[in-house]
Amino acid sequence: MIDLSRTLAMLIKEFVQLRRDRLTFSTMIFIPVVQLLLFGYAINTTPRHLPTAVLVHEENDLTRSVLAALGNTSYFSVTRIARSEAEMDHWMRSGEVLFGVEIPAGFERGVRRGDRPALLVAADASDPVAAGTALAALEGIVQTALVRDRGLPESIQSVPAFEIRQHRRYNPAAVTSLNIVPGLLGTILTMTMLIFTALSVTREIERGTMESLLSMPIRPLEIMLGKIAPYVLIGFLQAALILVLAVLLFRVPIEGSVLLLSGLSTLFIATNLSIGYTFSTIAQNQLQAVQMSFMFFLPNILLSGFMFPYAGMPGWAQVIGELLPLTHYIRIVRGIMLKGASLYDLHIDAAALAGLMLLAMTLAVRRFRTTLD
Amino acid sequence: MPADEAADEAIAVEVEGLTKSFGGKVVVRDLSMRVRRGQIYGFLGPNGSGKTTTLRMLCGLLTPDSGRGSALGYDIRTQNEEIKRHVGYMTQRFSLYQDLSIQENLEFVARVYGLANPVREARDAIERLGLVGREHQLAGELSGGWKQRLALGACILPTPELLLLDEPTAGVDPKARREFWGEIHKLAAQGMTVLVSTHYMDEAERCHEIAYIAYGVLLAHGTIHDVIQQSHLRTYSVSGPDLYSLSEKLLGLPGVDMVAPFGNSLHVAGRDGEALDRAVADFRNRPDLHWSVSQPSLEDVFISLMGKSRDNFQ
Repeated sequence: MIDLSRTLAMLIKEFVQLRRDRLTFSTMIFIPVVQLLLFGYAINTTPRHLPTAVLVHEENDLTRSVLAALGNTSYFSVTRIARSEAEMDHWMRSGEVLFGVEIPAGFERGVRRGDRPALLVAADASDPVAAGTALAALEGIVQTALVRDRGLPESIQSVPAFEIRQHRRYNPAAVTSLNIVPGLLGTILTMTMLIFTALSVTREIERGTMESLLSMPIRPLEIMLGKIAPYVLIGFLQAALILVLAVLLFRVPIEGSVLLLSGLSTLFIATNLSIGYTFSTIAQNQLQAVQMSFMFFLPNILLSGFMFPYAGMPGWAQVIGELLPLTHYIRIVRGIMLKGASLYDLHIDAAALAGLMLLAMTLAVRRFRTTLD
Repeated sequence: MPADEAADEAIAVEVEGLTKSFGGKVVVRDLSMRVRRGQIYGFLGPNGSGKTTTLRMLCGLLTPDSGRGSALGYDIRTQNEEIKRHVGYMTQRFSLYQDLSIQENLEFVARVYGLANPVREARDAIERLGLVGREHQLAGELSGGWKQRLALGACILPTPELLLLDEPTAGVDPKARREFWGEIHKLAAQGMTVLVSTHYMDEAERCHEIAYIAYGVLLAHGTIHDVIQQSHLRTYSVSGPDLYSLSEKLLGLPGVDMVAPFGNSLHVAGRDGEALDRAVADFRNRPDLHWSVSQPSLEDVFISLMGKSRDNFQ
């Protein structure tokens, strides 16, 4: 039997408690709105203005027109001029550009002679969604734009003046799992690592052990390092397990160095643990710590390039993305596993992870209260 | 240790004008006190009187708003690290790790204090505490008395020179309390200074010196004898029928500071002896009541002090 007045008593009590918990209250009202606006405007599954590097072996009116036409398609945005193939490869491996366009020597002469020379377009297919639409549009649009722009002789207009030779690098068959599984590694690690440490300080406060801990001669930095270290090991084992399964079950290759992957994964794990620990020093109770972790986790999934192409997001969303460790780690994992990237290719992302970790740690140590004031 | 004057060598705690407020509410007001080394100093007062706040200021867990003080010669404002190393603080609520065993908790403490052989230190402590055979039991599963014993054991493991105990015997049975106090006296005899807060009068009587604090203000301090003498309290013990209605009649009278039932009698006390005598004169002639002058107990003194401080507070 349900007694209405008893139920009502419970209901009123819950409302009163809810009202006292300001943070929960604001997360319920404020966060959904922010997240809706944030993700609604940021996510774009048919990305345009994708970063492109060009390598031009001869410079003349025709090659300039080709590049201009490329830009006019609105799919490509030339952000880098390469001086060598090695440089172009480096930018593609580091994720700096999604496309590399190479105009070979003798291109103009070939076009004039009707030899149909090849325009080489290498696409980073480690994210098939980002590369796919642009490549599909490439063929027709460049041709017509070129003709309009330059006014080549009629005879050449009837047949394509040059051949576009596409090369889908890193994941030529566009296998989804090759794109998803490395990203999942980062996503799973983010989720588990954050929660591990997000509870660590609030737990001590809620259980009352903080009072005696603070009366002992132990410093905030020592407490933090001692609390983070064991989970680095656990995170490392977790990462190793996921990687073994990725290779065995999903046949994801590890083109680059396993050692480098381990090292940078450990850095990424430590970064997330530090961020979780920072939340723990800010939150007043365990529930708040979990809420904060979750609010941090969502943009990590949506704005890091894990689910949606990073290059397709507007500039401001990319700035937010750069502040998330997962963005850098996904570049690192895809870079090492699919593209065989080296530390030189990934040094900016590695530095960003280290920077975020130090920032979080500094914040946590400063936030940590050594008294009960 | 900082070079203090020779006289201060004998002083373990000295504070002056200590004040602390939370959210605009003054919890400790202009508190000054001195505790000599090797003393057991009892800290008494009602709930919310500022005992815990004072203890926390002494061990560096709270920063005083104003005033100065030192513990073991270390400044309580600036020498937090030294204080934490040499002062043991036992919290009111059990604050060791419930999900660690007795042995693990003690080892943790030993390591934090950088003791040379934490495993052996923990084992020795377990032996001293009489917990042999239970070292692997989780601290959370212990009964109140054992928890308190373990907490004290953890506190004295790094051999502090000053021990701050915040209501260590709350919710502990009389036998365990007695043993606990035996232990405290043993430690004091070995030279440890102990500052202990309590509600219990019988425990106050086990202290070398006491201080009474109410509403953040130190109202009386000294030996029990001193405190009783200083109160200048005249106390009568009355017995007879219907003492409850008598107490109601006496309570409002000028000169009567305290009326409290004690079993089958009523204690009536006043700081101004003459005023008290005038107030009770009529009742002393009643044949059914038996009046006798009695020595004021510590409790009489405290109850009257509380009444007085409430008057001051308003």
